[in-house]
Amino acid sequence: MEDTAQVDKSATPAAKETPATINVAGASPEIATDRDNDQLKITLGEFEGPLDLLLYLIRQEQINIYDIPIARITDEYLRYLNLMQELDLTMAGDFLVMAAQLIELKSRMLLPRDPLAEADEEIDLRAELVNLLLEHEKFKAAAEMLWSRATVEQAVFTRAEIETDKNNPEVAVGLFDLLRVFQEILARKKEEIMMEIEREEVTMAEMIERLRNMVRSAGELNLMRFFERASSRRELVTAFLSVLELVRMSEISLLQHETFGEIVARSASPA
Amino acid sequence: MSKAKAASEAAAESIAHEDSAIEGRRSISSAELKSIVEALIFVADEPINAKTIADVIDADRAAVEKAVAELAEEYDARASGLQLREIAGGWQIATRPEHHENVRAYLKSKPSAKLSLASLETLAVIAYKQPVTVPEILEIRGVQSPSAIKTLLDKRLIVAKGRKETVGRPMMYGTSKEFLIQFGLKDLSELPSVEDFQDLAGGSDS
Repeated sequence: MEDTAQVDKSATPAAKETPATINVAGASPEIATDRDNDQLKITLGEFEGPLDLLLYLIRQEQINIYDIPIARITDEYLRYLNLMQELDLTMAGDFLVMAAQLIELKSRMLLPRDPLAEADEEIDLRAELVNLLLEHEKFKAAAEMLWSRATVEQAVFTRAEIETDKNNPEVAVGLFDLLRVFQEILARKKEEIMMEIEREEVTMAEMIERLRNMVRSAGELNLMRFFERASSRRELVTAFLSVLELVRMSEISLLQHETFGEIVARSASPA
Repeated sequence: MSKAKAASEAAAESIAHEDSAIEGRRSISSAELKSIVEALIFVADEPINAKTIADVIDADRAAVEKAVAELAEEYDARASGLQLREIAGGWQIATRPEHHENVRAYLKSKPSAKLSLASLETLAVIAYKQPVTVPEILEIRGVQSPSAIKTLLDKRLIVAKGRKETVGRPMMYGTSKEFLIQFGLKDLSELPSVEDFQDLAGGSDS
């Protein structure tokens, strides 16, 4: 065991070196370069908000919370904000609002008192801040209490859900329901097969060939009869186009025996 | 006749007589009552209260309460792996926290993500100050907490409790039953009083 420990030590000679630190208000935020990958590490106390930071500073300076030296704590607070800015940390506006309030409080206390003014206004302001801080701290403690309660509670388990009809509706299905569903599936299957048959297509070339044969074999072809053979809209279009095509190529000619009568196709070549 | 067979026949007989039990309030022994109560608490999906149990089995509520209390004591006395505990205004059978590692190993579950500090603080303010509005929470926490409130609403730990009749009619929030369950509380009065935290808060500098 000792051997391995020694090996480990020699492998990391940098471990003993102390990283550069900046001390602000007794806090020790650290900026340390990690030797392995040249990354800059910044350790800063994490503050949820200005009240958090203020409380932290007060505790660090071991100041009696009921008798806060506003001037001193304001300076510390501003130093911290400056550091945060130097480190380019995004800062919530709340921090700046608190800074402004502190500075206002500080300047009021520095000014000579107006002898005509009512009883100590600045004392009230300071008491207000103290109350705010105390209230905030109470709820931080309450949050910790909730945290520990939740931790214990997460270690407690209740039984898994029992399968009932409510959470398992399939149970309520009878044999006939099953048969009906099965029939539905069969019906659906049938429809699908019918679709496939319909998909059969007649190409333009085939249609022209068909028309040519029919005209040749009969000598004269009623177009109505030809179109009736088409089983789908698509085939009908193809049939129509094939008639136009053969007329264009002068293979057939179309004629009508009477006005609005049926159109007859006849082989155009004098055969 | 084997013991198991006798037991199952006895059970079948009691099921067959179920109807007669519902007809009227029978005089049942305290041992029997305890047994029934335990069965009901076991199957209940949510903490079940004595009144509900009493109504279902048509028994005296005080007798049910006594039975539950005795049962809970029995669980403790024999160092059972289960506990019968009062939570969110009802009774529940649950494992004891000390077995959590083994239970998790079986369930293959990890502790679910904890709430962030911001969410917990917000929840603490809501729990103690309810019904409370967002601006009031801001005043105590010193920071805005919109995401925390959304998280708490998503986790159903808090619920909207109407609007406050003041400028802007802000929404008021309070804790839910889920909050009691997740934090193992009988009711809100079981929360330590805020004044208890006073010493904690003011104490560290003196």
